[in-house]
Amino acid sequence: MANKFISIEGIAKRFPAAGGGITTVFEDLWLPMQRGDFTCIIGHSGCGKTTVLNILAGLDEPSTGTVIVDNQAIEGPSLDRAVIFQTHALLPWRSVMGNVAYAVSSKWRKWKTPRVRERAQKFIDLVGLTGAEGKRPAELSGGMKQRVGIARALSIEPKIMLMDEPFSALDALTRGTLQDEVRRICQETGQTVFMITHDVDEAIYLADRIVLMTNGPGAVLAEVVENPLPKERVRTEVHKHPLYYPVRNHIIDFLISRSKTFVHETRGTYDPRNIAVVRPGAAPTVATETNVLRLGQVQGHAATH
Amino acid sequence: MTRSLTLRAAVVSILIFATFMVAWHLATRGTGAVAQMDPEYAKLMGATATQGKSAMPGPLDVGGKLWEHLKRPFYDNGPNDKGLGIQLAFSIARVTGGYLLAVLFAIPIGFLIGMSPLMNKALDPFIQVLKPISPLAWMPLALYTIKDSSLSSIFVIFICSLWPMMINTAFGVASVRREWLNVAKTLEVGTFRRAFTIILPAAAPTILTGMRISIGIAWLVIVAAEMLVGGTGIGYFVWNEWNNLSIVNVINAILLIGVVGMLLDLILARLTRLVTFPE
Repeated sequence: MANKFISIEGIAKRFPAAGGGITTVFEDLWLPMQRGDFTCIIGHSGCGKTTVLNILAGLDEPSTGTVIVDNQAIEGPSLDRAVIFQTHALLPWRSVMGNVAYAVSSKWRKWKTPRVRERAQKFIDLVGLTGAEGKRPAELSGGMKQRVGIARALSIEPKIMLMDEPFSALDALTRGTLQDEVRRICQETGQTVFMITHDVDEAIYLADRIVLMTNGPGAVLAEVVENPLPKERVRTEVHKHPLYYPVRNHIIDFLISRSKTFVHETRGTYDPRNIAVVRPGAAPTVATETNVLRLGQVQGHAATH
Repeated sequence: MTRSLTLRAAVVSILIFATFMVAWHLATRGTGAVAQMDPEYAKLMGATATQGKSAMPGPLDVGGKLWEHLKRPFYDNGPNDKGLGIQLAFSIARVTGGYLLAVLFAIPIGFLIGMSPLMNKALDPFIQVLKPISPLAWMPLALYTIKDSSLSSIFVIFICSLWPMMINTAFGVASVRREWLNVAKTLEVGTFRRAFTIILPAAAPTILTGMRISIGIAWLVIVAAEMLVGGTGIGYFVWNEWNNLSIVNVINAILLIGVVGMLLDLILARLTRLVTFPE
C-alpha cells in the first residue's frame, strides 16, 4: 500500500513475568491504515488492544517496533491524535464548556477566551449538548459524558481519532444514537479513526475495515476484514443487507474458535507483514458448491444496491 | 424528616447540657465543714476554709465571669491583666503566621514528593524521623537560635502544621487519576500548566483535608507553646490564671479555646467544600 497514512511497523509489547521470564502480550504487529479510514479492532480481553491504542496515542511505548503517522515516527502523545477514553476521562471540576475549552486552549495557546469559547461551543452544538454547557460531568448521563469526550476530541482538529471502547459503558439505546452521530461526524469531516470494540455489530456498522486479533499472550493480527457493506448505511436497515450476516458470522466464528487456534494453525505460513485481507461474501475462503452458489446470489443482490 | 431529626437532636443536646449544668451546680453548691479559727487568721484564708464553700466554682460563677469577659474583651491593664479578646488575638495571630508559613513550604514540597518517585524515596526517611517529634521539643532549639519567644512559638506552629499538609499534598498529587493525566498528555499540556490545571484541582480536596488536620494540631499546640514561653496569648492566660488560682478564669479560657478551635475547623471545612468536586 503506497498511500498509507498510519503504519504500525512490527510493534511488540513484552514485560517481565512474575516468576521470571518474559510475557509477550502481542508480537510483531504490522498494519497500514489509509487517510479517512475507519478501522475497528476486535479481539478478546487481554490480547493487548488497548496497549496498541495507547501506543498509537503515544501514551505507551512498544518494546520493539515503531508507528509512523503521516511519514513521521511518533514520539509521545500529540494533539494530532485525539483519544476518546472508555471512561470519558472528563475533568470533574470543569463544566462541559470548561472541558472542551481546555482542549481548545491547549491546541491554540494564544487564543483569547471568547475565541476559545466560540470554538468549544461549535463542537458542543455538534454533539447535541447545546444548553448543557454549564453542567458539571457529575450532572450528566453516561451518554452525555461521552458526547463531551467526543466534542473534546473533535474540537482540536485531530488527524486521527483513537477510541477505546467508547460506547461500551452505555445502554443500547444511547449507544445506537451515539454510533449514528460518530458515523455522521466522521463522514462529514473525513476523520481517520482507529477504534477498539467488543461489539461485532458496532464494528460492522461503523468500520470500513475490521482487524481481528488473536488471543493473548503472544497475540497477532489474524486478518483484516474488509467491510463489504456500502458506505451509506442506515442503522435500521443495515442488518437486512444480504452481506451483513456473512460478515457477522465470519467475525463471530473467529472470536469463538479461530482466535484461539489461529497461531497454531498458521504456523509456518503466517506472514505478519502481509496479513490476509478477506471480504466475507465476496471471496469465500472455503469454497463449497452451495457456498459459492449462495454467495453468488448474494453478490448479485449486492450489485443492485 | 431531616428537619425533625435536627430538631430532635437539638432537644437531646439541650437536655444533656441542662443535666450537666444542674449536676455541676448541685455538686459545687454544698458547704463543707468549717474549721474554727482565729478571726485574724481567717482573714488570710479563702472562703473554702472560712465558709465551707466548694473550691470548684459553680456554673453561675463561671457564667458571670464569662459575661464580664465578653463585655470587655479588649481591655489592657498591663502585662498580667489583658482582656481575653487580646489574648485570643495574640494566639490566633501566631497560629495564622506559623500556619501560612507552613502552607508555603508544605504544598510545594508535597507536590515535589507526589510528582517525583525519586524525591519521594529520598525525602521519606527525613519525614519519617521528623514527623513524630513533639513540636514542643523544638522549643529550646528555637529559643536558642531565634532568640525571640513569640517568633519561637510561631516556629513551633510552623513545624507542627507542616507534616499533615505535606503528606496529604504528596498523597493527593500522587493519586491523581491516570486518565486525567493522560488527557493532559494527549493535549500536549506542559508540566507547569499540568500542575496547575490538572493536578492542583484534582488533589485540592486531599490537600485541604491535610490543611484542616494541620489547623487543628496548630491550635492544640499553641496553648502549650504559650504556656512555655509566656508573655501573651490564651495559653499564657490559662497558666497565669492557674498561678492566680482563678479556676473560674481557667474554665472560661478552656471554653473559649474550644470555641475558637471549632471556628477554625469550620473555616477549613468550608474551604474544603469549595474545592471538592462531585464525581
